[in-house]
Amino acid sequence: MSKKVVVGMSGGVDSSVAAYLLKEQGYDVIGVTMQIWQDEDECSLEENGGCCGLSAVEDARKVARVLDIPYYVMNFKEEFQRDVIEYFKYEYLHGRTPNPCIACNRYVKWEALLQRSLAIGADYIATGHYAQIAHLPGGRYAIQNSVTSAKDQTYALYNLTQEQLARTLMPVGAYHKDQIREIASQIRLPVAHKKDSQEICFVPDHDYASFIENETGKEMPEGNFVDTSGRVIGRHHGITHYTVGQRRGLGIAAGKRIFVLEIRPETNEVVIGDESDVFSHTVRADKLNFMGIEDLPIGKSMDFTGKIRYGHKGASCTAKRTGEDELTCYFPESVRAVTPGQALVLYKDGYVAAGGTIL
Amino acid sequence: MIYLDNAATTKTAPEVVDAMIPYFGELYGNPSSIYEIAGKSKEAVDKGRSQIADVLGVSPEEIYFTAGGSESDNWAIIAAFESCKSRGNHIITTKIEHHAVLHTCEYLERERGAKVTYLDVDEKGMVDPKELERAITPETILISVMYANNEIGTIEPIQDIGKIAKEHEILFHTDAVQAFCQVSIDVAACNIDMLSSSGHKINGPKGIGFLYIRRGVKIHSLIHGGAQERKRRAGTENVPAIVGYGVAASRAWNSMESRTKKEVQLRDYMIDRILREIPYCRLNGDRVRRLPNNVNISFQFVEGESLLIMLDMEGIAASSGSACTSGSLDPSHVLLAIGLTHETAHGSLRMTLGEDTTKEDIDITVEKIKAIVKRLRSMSPLYEDFMKKQH
Repeated sequence: MSKKVVVGMSGGVDSSVAAYLLKEQGYDVIGVTMQIWQDEDECSLEENGGCCGLSAVEDARKVARVLDIPYYVMNFKEEFQRDVIEYFKYEYLHGRTPNPCIACNRYVKWEALLQRSLAIGADYIATGHYAQIAHLPGGRYAIQNSVTSAKDQTYALYNLTQEQLARTLMPVGAYHKDQIREIASQIRLPVAHKKDSQEICFVPDHDYASFIENETGKEMPEGNFVDTSGRVIGRHHGITHYTVGQRRGLGIAAGKRIFVLEIRPETNEVVIGDESDVFSHTVRADKLNFMGIEDLPIGKSMDFTGKIRYGHKGASCTAKRTGEDELTCYFPESVRAVTPGQALVLYKDGYVAAGGTIL
Repeated sequence: MIYLDNAATTKTAPEVVDAMIPYFGELYGNPSSIYEIAGKSKEAVDKGRSQIADVLGVSPEEIYFTAGGSESDNWAIIAAFESCKSRGNHIITTKIEHHAVLHTCEYLERERGAKVTYLDVDEKGMVDPKELERAITPETILISVMYANNEIGTIEPIQDIGKIAKEHEILFHTDAVQAFCQVSIDVAACNIDMLSSSGHKINGPKGIGFLYIRRGVKIHSLIHGGAQERKRRAGTENVPAIVGYGVAASRAWNSMESRTKKEVQLRDYMIDRILREIPYCRLNGDRVRRLPNNVNISFQFVEGESLLIMLDMEGIAASSGSACTSGSLDPSHVLLAIGLTHETAHGSLRMTLGEDTTKEDIDITVEKIKAIVKRLRSMSPLYEDFMKKQH
């Protein structure tokens, strides 16, 4: 009997062609769109984009019909609320800058979808990522960018577990983006030509501060901007409005370029400093996940290429296990705006080796 | 395919289709025009209206065609509110109404200053008439309680509620979309002022419904325009659908006794088998005061969505929860209202029998459910924990 695979479909080119390729390869393919976002009112339905909105459902259903595969919408609203939105709010309220895509991947797209897919009899789940899952000589699984991908498709997936990777297929990772587009047009897939979005899907207008205020129902209190010596140099609009490294929108006339260095939720202060203060050599991270390497024993060090945010091109570093759940990473060339809450992802030979949350 | 979702919609009966066809083709006249072909359409609309009026035991002038159950509910509630707002702004309804009622009430609260009491129901989904009476205030202008619930099948004490409404001189609307032609409805004895129904629930066509408005009840139009439906519902009549609806209603009425007798037997057989053969499940809704075709069961430690998908893969069509915009499933407001936890509500399955359902269908379905529930439980960490505690 052929293996069953659930393909997470957004109606876009990549996941649609992923479903097609797997069908061609002889898999028993089931299309699924995950409903994650909460109640949509009549007016916002019109504009909703993202991978999982209502328009995604309509587009994906059309594709499934053309591919002649069964298609279902699965409801993950509760999981998304709990594991992504609550986490997002919590992190911001504690002065950190979260990456909700990482949480969504780990807990919703993989954990919850995989579990339900296995329950309905699937052997694998598949996605339209331009990435490859390598089965390393030591037996471990690790994600690697497909060579031709312009976008980094690995950073936000660093937190997947070995069990999740063992059950995951990424069929478009073997192709160039142009080839995938060509396949889509050859087989006349009615795919939506959506623009790639870097926005957080549940805060479409980028206004995180208002989102958090709406969600929590309370206004963030104003507080002080202070310099590195603790001197008050102005008033801020509430800590959720700021992120480390931010320059614009501070509203302080300092006569020089100034930046957010640190957010201190316990005193409700935002620390401001010069550009030189934004750079640092050391990055500490916890909530570790080991992917390509099995472990880094306490006290031991290893060299990697490290990324401290999505879009960071990566820099050489040495990571040392400094605690049960802590890595301390030294970058010989200092990195800009190390932001608590973002991920530190460590690469070895192009694979994701390990990662954690920046402290 | 085994179709067990007759509360969602039913198969259009062949004689209904046959009756409709001429009105899509050669008999295309507009009932409001004066020439002969228009007369034929007018006659057809009148006949459909009479057929429905006969089934409900009311006069044809009290039947107003709409585009379906949702429009009827919207019309009854919005127009009653508008027409009576000089006397008050309070509406009484229940927590287990269809969204066509609930969301309309919420709209009136949000936009028009209505005050709405959403009555609780007991664990069987039954409204307590005494509680309803206590909720009445001098401002109360409308009571809207469904005849029978679409998810759990509970038949409400409509006669008691109608009596209370009449004593207090409050308009009484009932959403009878699931009840019409499934149970015998006496609008006079129940003091029903307005009643909503839908064509496609009784083997009739989609896109047609009616609102019964008792003579003397003065409510305004919802759809404005021409003088159709005694000036109360504008828009050229959906002639083929009205013809089909009339035939479907007569047909369903004539077969009601024998059909529901058979359905009740199959329903009880199915409920008994499931409760006996599958551990850790419960029947939702009242065992006796229940629609003849409704089975609603919660399976502990089971994700209803997975159960539905696996049944679909086996060619069995059932439902669970309320379908939301995307077609994915939210926990049902009805199941939450009867006191189920989110988890239990998520593990619920509604199967609604139809006139073609056989005992063999039921047997196959029960066997499949047994196997699927067993499989899903074997993969559920919650079930594993639970079983460990049992030993």
